[in-house]
Amino acid sequence: MSATEKLQVEVPPAASMAEEDLATAPGIIPALTTKRQYRHMSLLGPLAVFAAFIGFWYAAPYLFFSDRKFLVPPPHDVLYVAFIENATLGQLWDLLQLVVSDIVPFLTIDVEPEGSVLIDNLVALWLTTKVALTGLFFAIVLGTLGAMLMSQARWIEQSFYPYLIALQAVPILALVPLIGSFFGFGFTARVIVCIIISFFPIVANTLFGLLSAERGYHELLSLHGAGRLIRLRKLMIPAALPAAFTGLRIAAGLSVIGAIVGDFFFRRGDPGIGSLLDVYFARIRQEELFGATILSSLLGIAVFVFFGWLGRLVTGAWHEERAGT
Amino acid sequence: MTETAAMGLAGATRESAVAFDHVDMVFPDGTHAVEDVSFAVSPGEFVTVVGPSGCGKSTLLRIASGLETPTGGAVHIDRSNIGYVFQDATLMDWRTVKRNVELLGELHGLDKAERARRAQEAIATVGLSGFEDHYPKALSGGMRMRTSIARSLTLAPPVFLFDEPFGALDEITREHLNGELLRLFVDKGFAALFITHSIYEAVFLSTRVLVMSARPGRIVADIEIPFGYPRSDELRFDAGFAELSGLVSHELRSAHA
Repeated sequence: MSATEKLQVEVPPAASMAEEDLATAPGIIPALTTKRQYRHMSLLGPLAVFAAFIGFWYAAPYLFFSDRKFLVPPPHDVLYVAFIENATLGQLWDLLQLVVSDIVPFLTIDVEPEGSVLIDNLVALWLTTKVALTGLFFAIVLGTLGAMLMSQARWIEQSFYPYLIALQAVPILALVPLIGSFFGFGFTARVIVCIIISFFPIVANTLFGLLSAERGYHELLSLHGAGRLIRLRKLMIPAALPAAFTGLRIAAGLSVIGAIVGDFFFRRGDPGIGSLLDVYFARIRQEELFGATILSSLLGIAVFVFFGWLGRLVTGAWHEERAGT
Repeated sequence: MTETAAMGLAGATRESAVAFDHVDMVFPDGTHAVEDVSFAVSPGEFVTVVGPSGCGKSTLLRIASGLETPTGGAVHIDRSNIGYVFQDATLMDWRTVKRNVELLGELHGLDKAERARRAQEAIATVGLSGFEDHYPKALSGGMRMRTSIARSLTLAPPVFLFDEPFGALDEITREHLNGELLRLFVDKGFAALFITHSIYEAVFLSTRVLVMSARPGRIVADIEIPFGYPRSDELRFDAGFAELSGLVSHELRSAHA
C-alpha cells in the first residue's frame, strides 16, 4: 500500500470538511470582526439562510411542479401533519419507556407508543437507530482490533489491506441478496449491512493513526526496553486517537445510511424509518414523507455531531487542530 | 587520527564512558556512513562531533546507543543507563509536561511517588516549574527541548548522547540553552557526546571538539578546548574563543575541500 492511499482515507468527506470550514471561517478575518459582531453573525447568518430556504420551499411547487403541487406540501402542513397532529406528551413518555426497555438488559416494559404520525416516525427512527448503533458497535470492535493487528507487522497489513479496499469498493446494494440469504431478512441482516458499510473508515483511519508516530518516538521506547504491548499502550494507541475519531465520525454517518438501506430491503420484523419512507412514498403521503425524511436527516446529523463532540472531549485538550482554530 | 584519541583507547572499556574502537558502518543500501572511527569520551568530559549535514555524525550516536549495529569495529559503553536527547523533542502530545517527564520512570518501573518526585526535580532543574500541567502544543520550541532534557535527567544517566538537540531553535534560544546545558553539565558531572553542525556551539560547550569529514565520515581532527567551567556567555567574544573557532572552521574546510 502506498503512502498516498493511506493519506486519502484520512481526509474526511465533504460534509465534515464543510463543518470544519465553517468553524474556522470566522478566525480568518479576526481584524475585521470583533467578538461581538461575530456572535451576531454566527446566529444571524444561518437564520437568514434558513429563512431563504423556507421561502424557496413555499415557492418550489409554483416554480417547478405547477401541475403537481401536491408533491411539495408547504412547510406548515408538513410541520402540522408530521410533528403536531395528535401528538401528545404521553406518547413521548411511552417512547422513552420503549427506549429504556431496549437499552437496559433484562428490563422489559410493555408499551406500544402509537397514535400520531410523529410517534410512528419516532418509533421507526428508534428501530433504525438501534440497528445503526449495534452495527457501529461491532464495526468499532472489529475495526479497532483489525487495525491493531495490522499495525503489528508490515506483512499482516499487506496481506489484508487489498481486501479492505475491495470491501469498501463493493457496492453495498449488490451484497444485499447474499446477506439476506445468509442471515434472513430481519435485524441481523440489517446490522450486518451497517457493519460492512462502516467497517472500512474505522479500520483505515485507526491503522493510519496507529502508524502515525514517527520513528524517533519508537526509538525512544526501544532505548528503554519497551516491548510490543507497552509500545501499543503508551505510544501507538494514544497517537491513533485523533485519526480514529475522524474515522468513527465518518463511520457513524455511514452506519445510519446502512440502517436505512437495510430497512428498504430487509422487511421482516418491525419497520424502521426506511420502511416507513417507502410506505409513505408508495401512498403519496407527502407530508408524512417529508416528516420522516427530516427525522432521518436529524438522526444523521445527531450522530455526526455526537461523535465530533466525543472526539473533541477525548483529544481536544492536547490535539493540535488545524491552524486558526 | 590524533595521538590523544589513539592513546585513550588503551584502557577504553574500563575507564571511558564511551569508546569507539575502529567503528565502520555501511548501510544495506551501500551508503558508507562511518569509516574507521576511534575515540573515547572520559567520564566528566564533554566531547562534540562537528560536521556538515549528512556526514554520518548522527550515525555515531545511533551506534553508541545500540539503535544501529556497526558493520565493523565495536563500541564500549554501559547501555544500562544512557540519556539520549533527540533532534526532535519527541514529546507525546497527549501527555502534559509532567507526565512526559515521568515517562522513562514508568518504562523502568519506578513507583508513582518516586516518579513524581524525580519529575518535579527535573522540571525545576530545567526551569519549567509552573508548566507541569501544560500540553506540548502550548510550549515553544525551546521549552519543548527543555522538557525533553528533563525527561532524560530523571534517570540521572552518567552518559548523555545529544543528537543536534538545538539545531531547530533560533540563535538566541540556542545560546540560552547552551548556557543552561553547561550549568547542568557542571552540576551533574555526566559525560556528554554532542552532535552539532554549529562550530560556535561546539567550541562553547566542549572540552574537546572532533571534526568529521564528508561521507564516509572519519574523524580528521581532535581539538582540545582549554577553557574551564563554568563558562559565561561573554566567552563567545573572547579572542581565544575566536581563534579556536577559526581552527575548527579551518579543519572543517580542509576536510571538505
